[in-house]
Amino acid sequence: MPIQTDKHHLSLSHLIIQPQNMFIKKLSFVGLLLCSFSFYAQDYFPKNDGVRADKNNNYTVFTNATIHVSATETIKNGTLVIQNGRVISAGKSASAPSNAITIDLDGKSIYPSFIDIYSDFGVEKPKRPSGRGRGSQYEATREGFYWNDHIRPETEAITKFEYNSKTAKGLLEAGFGVVQTHHHDGIARGTGLLVALNQEGTDANRILESRSAAHYSFDKSRLSRQTYPSSKMGATALMRQLHQDIDWYRKGNVNTKDLAIEAIINNEDLPKFFEGDGLYDAIRIDKIGDQFNKNYIIVGGGDEYKRIDEIKALNRSFVLPIKFPAAMDMKDPYAASNVALEDMKHWNQAPSNPKWMEDNGINFALTPFSLKSPKDFKANLMKAIARGLSKEKALAALTSVPAAMIGKSEEIGSLKNGTWANFMIASGDIFDSKTTVYEHWIQGAKTVIKDMNITDVDGSYAFILEGTTYTLDIKNSTAKATGTLKKGDEKVDSKFSYKEGWVTVSFAPSDKKYIRLSASPQGNLLTGKAILTDGSEQAISATKGTLVAEGDDTAKGKGRGKGKKGEAMSQEVMPLTYPNQAFGFAQQPSQETILIKNATIWTNESDGVLTDSDILLKGGKISAIGKNLSAGGARVIDAQGKHVTPGIIDEHTHIGAFSINESGHNSTAEVRMADVVNPDDIDIYWNLAGGVTSAQLLHGSANPIGGQSAVLKMKWGASVDEMVLEDKKFIKFALGENVKQSNWQSFSRFPQTRMGVEQVFVDYFQRAKEYQALKKSGKPYRKDEEMETLVEILNGERYISCHSYVQSEINMLMTVADNMGFKVNTFTHILEGYKVANKMKEHGVGGSTFSDWWAYKYEVNDAIPYNAAIMHDAGVVVAINSDDAEMSRRLNQEAAKIVKYGGVSEEDALKMVTLNPAKLLHMDDRTGSLKVGKDADVVVWSDHPLSVKARAEQTIIEGTVYFDKARDKELRKKLQEEKSKLTAMLLADDSGGGGKGGRKPPVWKDKQRMHCDTLETQE
Amino acid sequence: MKTLQYILGSLVALFSTVAIAQQTPAPVQTGAITIEGATAHIGNGQVIQNAVITFQNGKITNIGTASGNSSGTVINATGKHVYPGFIATNTTLGLVEVGAVRPSNDDDEIGEMIPHVRALIAYNAESKVVESMRPNGVLMAQTRPLGGRISGTSSVVQFDAWNWEDAAYRADDGVWLNWPSSVTRGRWWLGEEPGFKPNKNYVKDIEEVNTFIVNATAYAKGNTDQNLAFEAMKGVINGSQNLYVAANGEREIRDILNFKRAMNIKNLVLVGGYEAPKAAKEIAAASIAVIIQRVQELPNTSDDDYDYNYKFAIDLVNAGVTVALGYDGEYWQVRNLPFYAGQITGQGMSDEEALKLITSNPAKILGIESTAGTLEVGKDATLFISDGNALDMRTNNISKAFIQGRDISLESHQTKLYKRYNTKAQNGQ
Repeated sequence: MPIQTDKHHLSLSHLIIQPQNMFIKKLSFVGLLLCSFSFYAQDYFPKNDGVRADKNNNYTVFTNATIHVSATETIKNGTLVIQNGRVISAGKSASAPSNAITIDLDGKSIYPSFIDIYSDFGVEKPKRPSGRGRGSQYEATREGFYWNDHIRPETEAITKFEYNSKTAKGLLEAGFGVVQTHHHDGIARGTGLLVALNQEGTDANRILESRSAAHYSFDKSRLSRQTYPSSKMGATALMRQLHQDIDWYRKGNVNTKDLAIEAIINNEDLPKFFEGDGLYDAIRIDKIGDQFNKNYIIVGGGDEYKRIDEIKALNRSFVLPIKFPAAMDMKDPYAASNVALEDMKHWNQAPSNPKWMEDNGINFALTPFSLKSPKDFKANLMKAIARGLSKEKALAALTSVPAAMIGKSEEIGSLKNGTWANFMIASGDIFDSKTTVYEHWIQGAKTVIKDMNITDVDGSYAFILEGTTYTLDIKNSTAKATGTLKKGDEKVDSKFSYKEGWVTVSFAPSDKKYIRLSASPQGNLLTGKAILTDGSEQAISATKGTLVAEGDDTAKGKGRGKGKKGEAMSQEVMPLTYPNQAFGFAQQPSQETILIKNATIWTNESDGVLTDSDILLKGGKISAIGKNLSAGGARVIDAQGKHVTPGIIDEHTHIGAFSINESGHNSTAEVRMADVVNPDDIDIYWNLAGGVTSAQLLHGSANPIGGQSAVLKMKWGASVDEMVLEDKKFIKFALGENVKQSNWQSFSRFPQTRMGVEQVFVDYFQRAKEYQALKKSGKPYRKDEEMETLVEILNGERYISCHSYVQSEINMLMTVADNMGFKVNTFTHILEGYKVANKMKEHGVGGSTFSDWWAYKYEVNDAIPYNAAIMHDAGVVVAINSDDAEMSRRLNQEAAKIVKYGGVSEEDALKMVTLNPAKLLHMDDRTGSLKVGKDADVVVWSDHPLSVKARAEQTIIEGTVYFDKARDKELRKKLQEEKSKLTAMLLADDSGGGGKGGRKPPVWKDKQRMHCDTLETQE
Repeated sequence: MKTLQYILGSLVALFSTVAIAQQTPAPVQTGAITIEGATAHIGNGQVIQNAVITFQNGKITNIGTASGNSSGTVINATGKHVYPGFIATNTTLGLVEVGAVRPSNDDDEIGEMIPHVRALIAYNAESKVVESMRPNGVLMAQTRPLGGRISGTSSVVQFDAWNWEDAAYRADDGVWLNWPSSVTRGRWWLGEEPGFKPNKNYVKDIEEVNTFIVNATAYAKGNTDQNLAFEAMKGVINGSQNLYVAANGEREIRDILNFKRAMNIKNLVLVGGYEAPKAAKEIAAASIAVIIQRVQELPNTSDDDYDYNYKFAIDLVNAGVTVALGYDGEYWQVRNLPFYAGQITGQGMSDEEALKLITSNPAKILGIESTAGTLEVGKDATLFISDGNALDMRTNNISKAFIQGRDISLESHQTKLYKRYNTKAQNGQ
């Protein structure tokens, strides 16, 4: 949660332009700053091409207008007075000064100009440097800046700004009069500027603010190839470290220059925009903001509605791009059958996102950002309004809200006295599709969009040409005029236009012979001439007659009208589920009191396996185990002939993650898997269907020192925070081929050999010790997120799970650990553990291995399926893990293989996927066995749990049934129903989806299967 | 120079370990052997309790109930189970030794239409991976090349051999065609939008296949100058070889049905067939057999049933399709073939029906059913004894195995390491 105090702060300091940046080389820029300071005060500019005659203090007065002063204040039949580009007054009856030009608006509407708060208008696009270096680049390329090239806060968009009147015109037509634009490049992106789209003035007039806000994102700069961060969790960690480094620098502890950090310090008082890619980025941004007390305004992605409660709880302001997914083309049933429910629902639900944000009281601005053209903006906005976004909120989200976000409420975003005279003149309600916008005034300068002085020529006109009587019906002549030529009741193919006061019609009464008409309105007459088929001319004059109403014509409609019909059909908005995709629940499942009766119960305790017994789950805990337990009010599951075991625990998984490896550095102890948990991954549900209740989501094995794990409970539909067990602190280490990058073309990063791997550990732990000593000494120290993590390891507060294969490296790490004074908690994979089982026992490290994987790379040549049995016999705590989304859902079978290979008892084998991983994850106090008082993490199996035939029938976590075979059947049915409903809606939809592009081909997900060595992710 | 020596040295080391790795092939069967008292799972759906199985000169000479006379060496297998050796289809066994070590990979040749490339001659009869199959009851396999549009020609091998000539059980059983995909995949790692979308070139891609087959057919009618690729298609054209066609989508499968008819392909086997249940009747009617890729695999999309891959064989079998289970994934996983069949029994298929998917059905598909795939008189004595249900990892414990009557070792690189290090551990070292 952010601090409330300065959320919409307004700093006076940035109303005054400060040419304070010493490092700007462009002299012209300094000149420009000075100009903008003196909008109507160019008196001091020398003039050599004439005499001074540029002063104009006349007033412009707009009368008879419906003035929308702001989203909440409307003046009917009002008068707006402007002078020198600013609003002097807006009121019921303002008296016009004598030097006023009066414009009678005849009932038209005036709206304040929209503000695009998140634009790249006029700012040069970042270009990748040409040429491609061989290998990865690990170091920063710039001197005198931060150690990471993707931190570019010193970028000032104004130095890359060039006003583009063509783009401006498009924006003005779409309703936008002021934009806040910046250089969309890098993680820290520097400052934006606020520009009025004044087509007549110069930058001296237009630039309202040269440093309007500071900008951030998770995207790396295109201008550098520095590899770190290679993942979103790396970018998140980088933001954290950056703030630590700012603090350290600010305190004067750095004796070199860091212009990037200085820029951040200088811009501290600016509003901060942080661009995300949707829901989960928003949560990530919020967490960074909370930790460092930053009031980030979050630029959203349009899927916030999926977990609106969580978004609401962030209590932050949003900027929402109003972009909706295009309808998929479902005509080819084969291709269409692959489109995921999730994507179909997003198409259906996304237009309701603004409404749901409004309903939940979340403050947001709207932006056309990420649309192909601002032209698509209105159609999308209308869609959102059709879904229930209120017009007041829509107007506020385009005017007062963005103005307040950058502390400019007194200048823009309304038509209060003293604001810039930025407004539109429209035929009526700006949020009506039929409304025409005539003029857009910015700082008192007018851009005509549609001539509002067009004479209304609507009516029916009769002509006699070459002996035939024709009627011409003209409609909608002040907006998009249409004309229909008829001969009696028969429609004649004709071309019609009404432009610049002239009506022209051409048609061919006989083959390839044309008659052309050209006429202009004179009062009630349309007079002009006709050029007949033989080329002769005839004067014409027709009196306006009343149009015969043709009710069916409007209903049939064309273009827009038809689109609306389709839109109306697709108005049914599908309900949200938890999570909002296939196999999501209509309601979050809740904790129950459950009595499982007559089962064979595998306790994993001294009681062993109990037959014909009952187990009572209550309050999320195991409340009793025994025979003939009384149900009380509990729901009874009859498990006659079935088996009950503790939930399966996977010590090593990579499901439910947006990224796996931060491979930009060889040590990344600062990154956290908890930052990239994807609670919507269907693999979580599939794991539940395999009896899995908990897992360690590990960082990958790209680096000797990897990132921090997230230990999860598989609570499908719950939030990330509800899933992650925050007190379980683990970290991934890795050895062998992956960390030395043996199996792909990479030769520049240390280490390239197992020899080097050892030195990485020695180096980092030596530094961690020194860091801790300094920290304890009370002297100032630079807070280092990476070192903090390693210190936790040294202090026994964080446990290592180390990816390992061959005996030499296993021995090496144990030796380094002994020498440096830390413990290795678990060797994961540990395929040659059987060769050093006695040493593992001595060190007290557990082994979490595969049952039978081998042969896939050189270092697993000696992997044997008897590994677990030998380690187990030697007294090592052994777990069987998956590292694989497929295997993780049948770990019970993998445990069974340990009975086959090496003759471990069935009970001990089952422990290898339940109690033992619980021990290795230091959670055996609450799960891993069936014991009164422990978490009710329980699986009901159809058969002996080690049998290939066994299927999980219920998977229960803390007393909540997250998987139920019978319910799964229901969900399958519901899924098909929802898909066929949505398919029908998609087929009926002809609105062209999110933009002009129309339908998009059916595109469906390419689900990435992630393992230890997954370097790049789709993110 | 030093580096070169180092490389050469390590190569020699690598080769020498490989050379001593494989168990020595067993001597040919001399006297008769009789297995008594076991439950015999014939492989065609039948079970004989308390069976007597006699084999001589590598062939089964008698199978019946215990009342029959036992001859030769008698193995008492009371309470145990006898199965025909499992036959794995769609593997790359013997073509790859260590996945990540490129020099040990011989499974994927370059070229788009290369039916003349033959898996058999690259088959490493001494592979450590191959020997690891036998302790789980997998005694024979089809090994196939990968890649391209037409990848090459597969062969069927048995797992007790000195070299590929000995291993060959049915040389060049068929040609492998990767059917064009109606979808393309966004290469997100190159900056394209991730996800699948319709393949605009699908029809053109099929046309290329058709053109090739039409030309091969014309070539087969009368000899012109030799064309290696067309020459290698002759068996497919005349029906003496299978055409294995890999595809998963319904659209593709229906197009393959048309293709078979139009090109007059006599023996076409569908490989993969994820959406084959949607066209099961037509597939059965066209006498197309299906080799399923991986039973223990995740569903293709998030909307599919979590257990889809576990169960879709059942739909095909019920429709009358001949189904075998293969494994196109990690070659070393093929030893888990019995458990893929077992997984299907968890979905309700009977044990004996599931057994067919890895015994008699692949034998039929591979054209070796006259000598392999079931425990029947006259067939090869390729069989094994298991303590319990061999389709369940819990009870798959094999004490004896025979290939063509030869009493093969069940040791492997892995069991040797086990013994060595178990002893070390037992000694407290």
